Amino acid sequence: MSEEKCPDCEAAIPVPDDAVDGEIVTCPDCGLDLEVTLTGQSRSIKPVVIEKEDWGE
Amino acid sequence: MVRIGLIYDQLRPDERLIIEAAKRNNIDLTLYDTNQLALEVTGENDGIEPADAFLQRCISYFRSIHVTATLESRGKTVVNSFKAASTCGNKLLASISLDRAKIPTPRTFLAFTEDASLKALEQLGYPAVLKPVVGSWGRLVALIKDVDSARSIIESREYLHPIQQVYYIQEKIKRPERDIRCYVIGEQAVAAMYRHAPADDWRTNTARGGIAENLPVTSELEDLSVRAAQAVGGGAFGVDLMETESGLVVHEVNHTTEFKNTVRVTGVDIPKLLLEYTQQQAKQ
Repeated sequence: MSEEKCPDCEAAIPVPDDAVDGEIVTCPDCGLDLEVTLTGQSRSIKPVVIEKEDWGE
Repeated sequence: MVRIGLIYDQLRPDERLIIEAAKRNNIDLTLYDTNQLALEVTGENDGIEPADAFLQRCISYFRSIHVTATLESRGKTVVNSFKAASTCGNKLLASISLDRAKIPTPRTFLAFTEDASLKALEQLGYPAVLKPVVGSWGRLVALIKDVDSARSIIESREYLHPIQQVYYIQEKIKRPERDIRCYVIGEQAVAAMYRHAPADDWRTNTARGGIAENLPVTSELEDLSVRAAQAVGGGAFGVDLMETESGLVVHEVNHTTEFKNTVRVTGVDIPKLLLEYTQQQAKQ
């Protein structure tokens, strides 16, 4: 498990080592949902967009 | 060992819990991203041979039922089945199934025009609830308080996709500012929680800010929830219920339910139970 910084509140977000491209992780401090992006060997996170046809607790 | 395939379109924290449960319990789990799948519908080669059974976790209703139908045509076991998923994913079909099984469910009408909807509302009385037949997270669910609001809400739907012009109109049940989500796997209600409506919304979906609280499963709750699950075809479901003066009423049965909040407040290892259930189904 490694960490990325939340772009909103700067808290550390745990990201699984085997995270897949597009996986959603949640900031434990502010609750923001973020999407993991894998490009080659590099990994980043960005705000998630789940607004498709019927994107559901 | 039964090999399980996890089918997804966007991997959420719920699916991550399934992955971690599989690791902890030495369950053979393979991920299938539907964005990368090219499933051959005809012929013999399905291209996803390694798995014996599948756990369907697509967020998209349409994507999930098409993939599930294709896999079942190949003799694969999918949790939930096409029959269950296609019924639960359409609120009208779910209402019909619940009513036919004599499960208490809100009085519901179907209409296609503004005039017909107003006739339905006359019979239901105000306030009433207009829901999309396909959709989740409480999106586009509207509380209709009177004739004027009915006209304006229905008029606004006329500008949306034709599926939003299938008017599924339901009585507004008098309930506390909370509802119940009961998680059924097979013939057992494994966990339940209250979902309290947030201060600024009448809807209780946790995706809308609803607050989750553990609810011990009673025999009444289990009996009704399991019957509701069986009415839609059996499998693993999140059954939504409301408390009324005359007892519990089932208003929805959800087929690819998010459970991270249920796990958090109840401590029940739902992802492990889901994996075990999928294994059992593959063996039958």
